[in-house]
Amino acid sequence: MEEYRAMWERLGINMRRHDMLLEALPAVYEKVYLSQQRRPQAMGYFDFVVSEIHGLRVKELMDHKDKGGKVFGTFCVYVPEEVIVAAGGIAVGLCGGADFSVPTAEQVLPRNLCALIKSAFGFKLGRICPYFQAADLIVGETTCDGKKKTWEILDEYIPTYVMDLPNSRTSADRALWISELQRFVRKVEEVTGNSITAENLAEATRLINRKRAALQRLFEVRKARPAPISGLDALLVTQISFYDDPARFTEKTNELCDELEARVQAGEGVAPPDAKRILYTGTPMPIPFWTVPLLIEGAGAVVVAEESCTGTRLVAGGETPVRDTSIEDQLIAIADRQLQTNCACFTPNDGRVDDILRMVEEYEVDGVIHFSLSFCQPYNLEAVRVQKALQEAGVPVLVLEGDYTEEQAGRLRTRIEAFVETL
Amino acid sequence: MLVAGLDIGSRTIALVEWDGGRVRRAEVVDTGADPLSNALTLIQGRAYDRLVATGYGRYLAAERALADEVITEIKAYAIGAHHLYPDVRTVLDVGGQDSKVILVDPNGRVVRFEMNDRCAAGTGRFLENMARALGLRVDQFGEHALAAEGESVQISSVCTVFAESEVVSLIGRGEDSRCVALGIHRAIARRLGAMVRRVGVRERFVFAGGVAHNPCLRRLLIEELGVSLTVPPSPQTVGALGAALYAAKQIERGNGRWKHGDHSGRTGFTLSSTGHPDPRRVAGR
Repeated sequence: MEEYRAMWERLGINMRRHDMLLEALPAVYEKVYLSQQRRPQAMGYFDFVVSEIHGLRVKELMDHKDKGGKVFGTFCVYVPEEVIVAAGGIAVGLCGGADFSVPTAEQVLPRNLCALIKSAFGFKLGRICPYFQAADLIVGETTCDGKKKTWEILDEYIPTYVMDLPNSRTSADRALWISELQRFVRKVEEVTGNSITAENLAEATRLINRKRAALQRLFEVRKARPAPISGLDALLVTQISFYDDPARFTEKTNELCDELEARVQAGEGVAPPDAKRILYTGTPMPIPFWTVPLLIEGAGAVVVAEESCTGTRLVAGGETPVRDTSIEDQLIAIADRQLQTNCACFTPNDGRVDDILRMVEEYEVDGVIHFSLSFCQPYNLEAVRVQKALQEAGVPVLVLEGDYTEEQAGRLRTRIEAFVETL
Repeated sequence: MLVAGLDIGSRTIALVEWDGGRVRRAEVVDTGADPLSNALTLIQGRAYDRLVATGYGRYLAAERALADEVITEIKAYAIGAHHLYPDVRTVLDVGGQDSKVILVDPNGRVVRFEMNDRCAAGTGRFLENMARALGLRVDQFGEHALAAEGESVQISSVCTVFAESEVVSLIGRGEDSRCVALGIHRAIARRLGAMVRRVGVRERFVFAGGVAHNPCLRRLLIEELGVSLTVPPSPQTVGALGAALYAAKQIERGNGRWKHGDHSGRTGFTLSSTGHPDPRRVAGR
């Protein structure tokens, strides 16, 4: 990592804090990831990406910027990567999964806010995250009150643009979202200096479709019994999908799926066929927040799917139909695909309960674990209805709440182990 | 056969030795500042065919090779209570640092559970702090409250920190300390009642853990929940008993000695023998 010091200094990184962060990662990664048994060989690429998380990928971003390219920092699957790619930009998901930066954030933000927002904000405030430092524009969205108001404060530190995601799905809401995509097109054109055309948007949509198809293939193969891949490894792939180069990510994920499909053919798996199969549902798990699947799999169960934005919601709505005719038509197709993503910010959001019940069947799930970050009102409240629906369907469910701290991990551990014991 | 269950809790460590037919030894000691050496002292010179650890310190025992296996205290209390009372349906365990309620089926299997381990309210710690604020020992506290002749004094806060200053100001105002004590017990009983109702109240209802020694809380819980309570003769060793019985069952099943962390034989993964990493160190604090 020595070779990257000049780059980090150029990005204005707080080197002392950044060193602390990077020193800790290898030992934890070894413990959580590399010590797993029977890992797919193709995970080697994703291990490499993590080992270069603040190195090579950031260098790619810097090379891109040196050639006049722009970098967009995002948080949400509703921010259309297609539009950014069409204008020659790069979209990267931002850091927001570690407790390390939370105390920094609390110098400014109130404490009773979810760990994701605090972690992300703290990474910017503390100048610890090179992706934040490299970003030309942060693209926020109105998926909760905490984010909405934090963007106003964040804008004082880095230019932050906000997409107004409606909270319902009427025709008026759909029209609003389509107009928001149009407004975003103009913003991206302004930032990049490049025009978005029907052609380059169609090409970008095809690229993102391929990326999402590769993820869909990964989710599909995990339906097999025995599970061909651990929940930890699958989560890592979805986490990396937020910031890796889309074409390379697609290729490497497809290679992983080739190997997993061969495993399924051979009847091989990462866990025994009778291992309890868990569906995770709830708030996203940004890198390096691995606690929940780590505890589940440490208790002898296996996570077979995640109904979350670091899970199957990445592929919600399936493929975006590509209409080369006009930008407007293509934006409508993107909006219609996106609005099938059942985020807890919507009311009503019965589709999420339907998704969970369907996934319980499709993945032959023994138990569902609903995890919500503390102070995340949309998910904490939706947990009530999710729990009720699952209980009515006779599916064991455990509702958890927590954050990224070690203390919380200890609390979660007893509950998760006891839940797996009951299955 | 001689097996043992070791329940390392926040305030006490309980050990139960089981020979396949009866309890050979049951002991409770303070956890203190060095739980591991206190646990070691308890089992010094003893040889067990199998030792199962439970309680929040279970992984400490497993990591230092004291225990052959670990189970959660939820499971341990369910097994222990079911052994003592085969018709048990609900187990309420109120310990030093946490409280939990467990719904069990007729076979003693855990159906549902609720836990409070986030704040001291509704735990032994709350009672301890309040007793101290009134200048009492915790084992005198319940009797003291039962001696109240007037109405209980309303305690508005169940947060240990705020309740303590509230108690100090009530005493300063000249309130009878027995009525204040009764008010404190009412506050904790209400809180426990709310947690119990989340899983449902079914009889037989077993009340275990160190706090079950408190006669005032027992009476208030009966009023609050509308059930009769069964308190085991040794409420603090129910978890250790459950762990010991689990150890014996594993031997009967012929499950050899596999050490904690050897998940490979069972699940296909090994998440390293030292258990869970420190997520804060992920981020390098």
